Amino acid sequence: MTESTAARKPRRSAGSKAAGTTGGKAGTTGAKRTRTTRKTGAAAAKGSETELVQLLTPEGERIETAGDSAYAEYAQYVADITPDELRGLYRDMVLTRRFDAEATALQRQGELGLWASLLGQEAAQIGSGRATRDDDYVFPTYREHGVAWCRGVDPTNLLGMFRGVNNGGWDPNSNNFHLYTIVIGSQALHATGYAMGVAKDGADSGVIAYFGDGASSQGDVSEAFNFAAVYNAPVVFFCQNNQWAISESNEKQTRVPLYQRAQGFGFPGVRVDGNDVLASLAVTRWALDRARRGEGPALIEAYTYRMGAHTTSDDPSRYRHDDERAAWEAKDPILRLRRFLESANHADEGFFAELEAESEALGKRVREVVRAMPDPDRFAIFENVYADGHALVDEERARFAAYQASFAEAEGV
Amino acid sequence: MALAKAINESLRRALESDPKVLIMGEDVGKLGGVFRVTDGLQKDFGEDRVIDTPLAESGIVGTAIGLALRGYRPVVEIQFDGFVFPAYDQIVTQLAKMHARSLGKVKLPVVIRIPYGGGIGAVEHHSESPEALFAHVAGLKVVSPSNAADAYWMMQQAIQSDDPVIYFEPKRRYWDKAEVDAEAIPGPLHAARVVREGTDLTLAAYGPMVKLCQEVADAAAEEGRSLEVVDLRSISPVDFDTVQTSVEKTRRLVVVHEAPVFLGSGAEIAARITERCFYHLEAPVLRVGGYHAPYPPARLEEEYLPDLDRVLDAVDRSLAY
Repeated sequence: MTESTAARKPRRSAGSKAAGTTGGKAGTTGAKRTRTTRKTGAAAAKGSETELVQLLTPEGERIETAGDSAYAEYAQYVADITPDELRGLYRDMVLTRRFDAEATALQRQGELGLWASLLGQEAAQIGSGRATRDDDYVFPTYREHGVAWCRGVDPTNLLGMFRGVNNGGWDPNSNNFHLYTIVIGSQALHATGYAMGVAKDGADSGVIAYFGDGASSQGDVSEAFNFAAVYNAPVVFFCQNNQWAISESNEKQTRVPLYQRAQGFGFPGVRVDGNDVLASLAVTRWALDRARRGEGPALIEAYTYRMGAHTTSDDPSRYRHDDERAAWEAKDPILRLRRFLESANHADEGFFAELEAESEALGKRVREVVRAMPDPDRFAIFENVYADGHALVDEERARFAAYQASFAEAEGV
Repeated sequence: MALAKAINESLRRALESDPKVLIMGEDVGKLGGVFRVTDGLQKDFGEDRVIDTPLAESGIVGTAIGLALRGYRPVVEIQFDGFVFPAYDQIVTQLAKMHARSLGKVKLPVVIRIPYGGGIGAVEHHSESPEALFAHVAGLKVVSPSNAADAYWMMQQAIQSDDPVIYFEPKRRYWDKAEVDAEAIPGPLHAARVVREGTDLTLAAYGPMVKLCQEVADAAAEEGRSLEVVDLRSISPVDFDTVQTSVEKTRRLVVVHEAPVFLGSGAEIAARITERCFYHLEAPVLRVGGYHAPYPPARLEEEYLPDLDRVLDAVDRSLAY
């Protein structure tokens, strides 16, 4: 199928490996390519960036989206995006990054037991998150702070489990945003099952499952791909390939580009520039749209980079070089959108100043809320273990209560 | 009605009465399951309600979780006991804990049917009794019927429960027949039942061993001994009150199950009953069950499984104190 091979990025540089180019235009406006050549030019994917769907270059230049662009199929989904919406995406990314930085700092200050930073992955998350509708359902792993932001989950709610006051922290059904899942890849199956239910209901909602490159090695992710394909479930698999599964590089996870996995299961896979918020938005809209139309699942591999550690317990200096990080810094998702906003005169200094102030306020609120988070009531141990109750839990709760009461008696309270 | 047929009828009733109930598993559709427990259901309710799945146990349970999150009530079949382990992660880390993690906002009414136990001459991984592994996990309920009437009603109750229920089916009793009253008002799902009154010793068992214990009691009666038999029916929670009442009367307890004795459910029952009934007991609580060894090849399973003589031997040892 056509879509099962990712569209190739038109290259400005010489020596591009983009196969099937029939006449690239100069500059940034994209190689002209026919549908036929895209079909036949599918081979030789070796994980290079030449396969990326990209709509905004690292220099902040918008790639032509109309007509015969190699990305036209996806780009049409953002063709009419307004300056206001672009500023909104920028704001989302800046505030998410600020929230993330604040959480990292709070961990360093001992206020959080652990934090999994999304630094560098803002575009993949905001782009895909903003592609979802209210009635869509999102199944995240544990790093989707930007997606949570897009779904309207109060960011401070994300911190409860990292502070150790709960194991969840929000009602999944309030924002159709499921709880974070720690066991790698488990949620891909939950998303698939949920999507099977959506299809049974005759609803036209979409479901999106997030996971990382490491999760692609898990059996559950492959099983989810297969169930989704077999039942034609309206689920989008959004893999953020941030290059590192803790200390293990892509080479230790897979011998084929991840987006190509989809082909073997019978649905399309696309690799998108995960540091390009516009492309992430467009490709996710495309995938959700076809899912809603009953055309089944799709896999999006957002090619991106984790700028920080896996979690605050990690030390990336032991396994990767600084020059790798530096190369990715040049592709920073926020900076590139800012460059575009400025060059296109879509935002003035007032906008950036106002956003900076909003960012400061968010950071302050996060600090205050976290520090004020009360420890849970000790009887919370026994709450909600079962929906219908359980005799053993009742017995142990009663014993625990008597034990606690004995202290009060001993103290003569 | 045979026990397998009783489950089939119960599933049929659930499918009829609640459009959210789904049956999922390998071979549950056209074939009707390898034991024919779901026979005819797909024909009558369609492929949307009775779903043949890919051969992937984790996938079956993981997607059932997703369907439950969407408001469905999936009843999934694991084909045999020893095949549940690919799904064990989904059951333990996800299914069991999601209600608590969501502070009660999410309910997961998923039933996992597992034909279990030996005595049918099967090959490796087809005769195991892993119930203690599930009973140890908070968030799961674990039950096992011993007869057709219980099989019918306990399935109704398991499906209606908002908690995940692991429903262990004693496969060697699938063909045992009993009266099933579909109009009856059943007792609580987790209540144990005294199935035979006695005064000298209590035998506690569940699932496939209940019938054996009744046979033991018959044999013991010929020797002038009066044994009480308690069908636990539920392995998590255990109805300790009923066992306690029986033991306070008989002063002796032998727990019988097919699973290995070491750290099995009998160990928990022995510990709790010792704690509750210390001054009533005339003998230590004894256990009869499998050995700390892999389930043996079929030609040796009669040596491995508790039988009439092994249970009677335990009865003798208890009475000898």
